[in-house]
Amino acid sequence: MSASTLRRRAFPANWSARATAFGLMLYAIYAFGQLDITWARLSVGFGEAGRFLARMWPPNFSRAELLIEGMLESLQIAVISSALGILLALPLGLMAARNLAPLPLAVATRGFVAFCRSLHYVIVAILFVKAIGFGALAGVAALTIASMGFVAKLFAEAIEEISMKQVEAIRATGAGFGAVLVYGVLPQVASRFIGFSLYQLDSNLRNSTLVGIVGAGGIGGTLFAAFKRFDYDFVVAILLSIIALIFIAELISGRIRALLR
Amino acid sequence: MQAGAMQGLIIKGLVKEYVPGKPVLRGINLAIAPQGITAVIGPSGTGKSTLLRCINRLVEPTAGEILLNGQDLVPLRGRGLRMARRRIGMVFQEYNLVERLTVMENVLSGRLGYVSLWQAWMRRYPDADIARAFSLLDAVGLPEQATRRADALSGGQRQRVGIARALMQQPELLLADEPTSSLDPRTAVEIMELMTGLSTSAGVPLVVNIHNVDLARRFAQRIIGMAGGEIVFDGPPEALQSEHLRQIYGGEDWL
Repeated sequence: MSASTLRRRAFPANWSARATAFGLMLYAIYAFGQLDITWARLSVGFGEAGRFLARMWPPNFSRAELLIEGMLESLQIAVISSALGILLALPLGLMAARNLAPLPLAVATRGFVAFCRSLHYVIVAILFVKAIGFGALAGVAALTIASMGFVAKLFAEAIEEISMKQVEAIRATGAGFGAVLVYGVLPQVASRFIGFSLYQLDSNLRNSTLVGIVGAGGIGGTLFAAFKRFDYDFVVAILLSIIALIFIAELISGRIRALLR
Repeated sequence: MQAGAMQGLIIKGLVKEYVPGKPVLRGINLAIAPQGITAVIGPSGTGKSTLLRCINRLVEPTAGEILLNGQDLVPLRGRGLRMARRRIGMVFQEYNLVERLTVMENVLSGRLGYVSLWQAWMRRYPDADIARAFSLLDAVGLPEQATRRADALSGGQRQRVGIARALMQQPELLLADEPTSSLDPRTAVEIMELMTGLSTSAGVPLVVNIHNVDLARRFAQRIIGMAGGEIVFDGPPEALQSEHLRQIYGGEDWL
């Protein structure tokens, strides 16, 4: 047997994969042609970008009062919605876990959680602004629903991965359902739950800066207004403040994670 | 005499089918005295474990009666079932300790059927329970280990905690499901010695599933051989002959 037939027997050609890859390549070439990128367009674009960047510098912190007020509101939206969302996610996560909850309840809860997660939080924020009016309450409501859905799903998955042997042993002692949760389930999931919660707080700090753009409170509204008035130096001041906030949050949550280990 | 006859564990016509029409246990009848050590031997998959788990209802029996000191456990639900379970201690093959709790918390979890949820959560166990947990840890040879986490222990140490947890229940019956199968031969003998010694001194009858026929012969006063979901041998260790082993395990080359 020659070397090439040996090779072919070991690694048979996958014709459908080759055809797919070829098709994708053709489409990429066609799509690039449609973009209509020319040197003229690029040079105009770069010029505009240069002017935009020049107007951004130096950052303008003169309206500090407005800035601090907006940042604090965003921070409050993030903390309140994370706390509420996590609190609501605890029972939901348990009810959605197929190894502990009865199957019909688990399926129904999963459906509800999927519904909470199906719309992007900005769309939910728009709905709440229409329903309960402009302001931080709409932002809190929108982010609470998003957090609840996201964290409940993670909680349910963590509970489904626990060792049922430990649960069985606690059940065998005659413990009631509550005691089985506290002794058999909670110790197995507690550190992961705290990790998910910190992650959600982290996300909400960023999300809460965005909901203001649709009028649901926080620094986002101020940012959007500054954009519309071409106050690019103030825009940069806001962006730098947001970045600083996220960095500080990152440091704190890193500390907490290290303490948990 | 009538009341005395009701003491101990009495199993009548116990059937378990995981899949309808395919019984794992085919009508087990068994009476176990309120003291002494009974070993259940038999090949894997013959229903030894199912038999034990039917007794404390970790597995639901399909038919039959299980009487512990006169009370039928099979119809029990909810609170009644929990009250019955706390009277039955269980030692598991893979120890089944809660890994992220301390040794003390694992031992005290044997009292979960007796204390309120609030007491359990806040670790406010009665002083007598805590004192008893410490003396049990001494008895199983783990003094000074109370505050270590269970996942920091070796296999033999974990099984010692498992035994302490089961005895913490002050059970009327102790079940052990392959308690030595995950252990090395020397530790296996030590664990069997400990478990049989403690259950005898506490006056608690012990039913132990075990693969190792030699260990069964050495520690039990009564051996029950199971094959195909039925009891095919029941007698003292001296009566267990190679013809019985052939009947229980099949084949003969291994003897």
